Amino acid sequence: MNNKFRVFLKGIFDVSPLMIPVVPFGLIFGVLSIDIGFSPIETMGMSLIVFGGASQIVLLQLFSGGASSLVIISSVGAVNSRHLLYGAVVSEHLSDLKLIWKIVISYFLVDQAFARSNEYFKKNKDKDKYFHLFGGGITCWVIWQTTTFLGIVLGAFIPEKLGLSFAVPLTFLALLVNDFRKFINVIVIIISGLVATFGFNYVPYKAYVIVAGVTALVTAAILTKLNKKNE
Amino acid sequence: MSNWLLIIYCGLITFLTRFSMIALLKKEMFNDRIREILSFVPSAIFPAIIFPAIFLDNSGDFQLENNPKIMAAIIAMLIGIISQNIIATIISGLASYWFLIFMV
Repeated sequence: MNNKFRVFLKGIFDVSPLMIPVVPFGLIFGVLSIDIGFSPIETMGMSLIVFGGASQIVLLQLFSGGASSLVIISSVGAVNSRHLLYGAVVSEHLSDLKLIWKIVISYFLVDQAFARSNEYFKKNKDKDKYFHLFGGGITCWVIWQTTTFLGIVLGAFIPEKLGLSFAVPLTFLALLVNDFRKFINVIVIIISGLVATFGFNYVPYKAYVIVAGVTALVTAAILTKLNKKNE
Repeated sequence: MSNWLLIIYCGLITFLTRFSMIALLKKEMFNDRIREILSFVPSAIFPAIIFPAIFLDNSGDFQLENNPKIMAAIIAMLIGIISQNIIATIISGLASYWFLIFMV
């Protein structure tokens, strides 16, 4: 078997278990987007163009709250700033690639694919290893587009009184389960939540996501520094 | 701004955050300290979505009494801490929410 294809399949295989939680996330996105008033084509377009679960849900949340476009776009940017970290971590493994491959890989650099391929990159040195991230990314892509589509279809049948919008905070809560056990993370979580809740009505332009995020990140910087001094 | 333009801009900024580091970065540019702080981004941003969606009603007022979302979120969080499982967290939260609004 061609080595590139072998690594590609390995990427698909490695990322597959992480796809289970993506399924409800995609469905919820599709259902809510229709609920908020985006057309099916726009909803599908979001998944194709943005291709990022957290970004798309933030887009919906702020859009339905009446935030301005500038605030929505910068909040999406804030949510995405974690990708700077992913890019920085994998860039050393991709530095020899052609520009077109860097563009393709960037589009597919989502949380789950990053997590699995980063582990693979650390252990493997062959020159085709980027096909692992390509395979994992495509797997995420197929699942995300399919579940978005199913959500759009299902959305028409789900009664409003089920209160499915509550699934949004739940999904984000679920993405933090690994952080609830770490002391500094818990403080950062509480600060961000309190600033956002109390700032919701007072921060202009619905920019509470950005204000809360920055405040909490500064807190994280201070706490990790203090923590090191005490060691 | 039209919906499509908004979607395209959101897509662009998402792509650029992924692409910029891969395209521009030399390894040395990110020290361990910056990596450490960026690792807190989910903890710093996601609660800004979670908390208002639980504690505020649709018009942005505090809703602390008769609010099944608070209890359901606490249950989901506890299940999440114990199970460390994303699906179990979402399902336990939704199930307890539905139990509270339909059965109690």
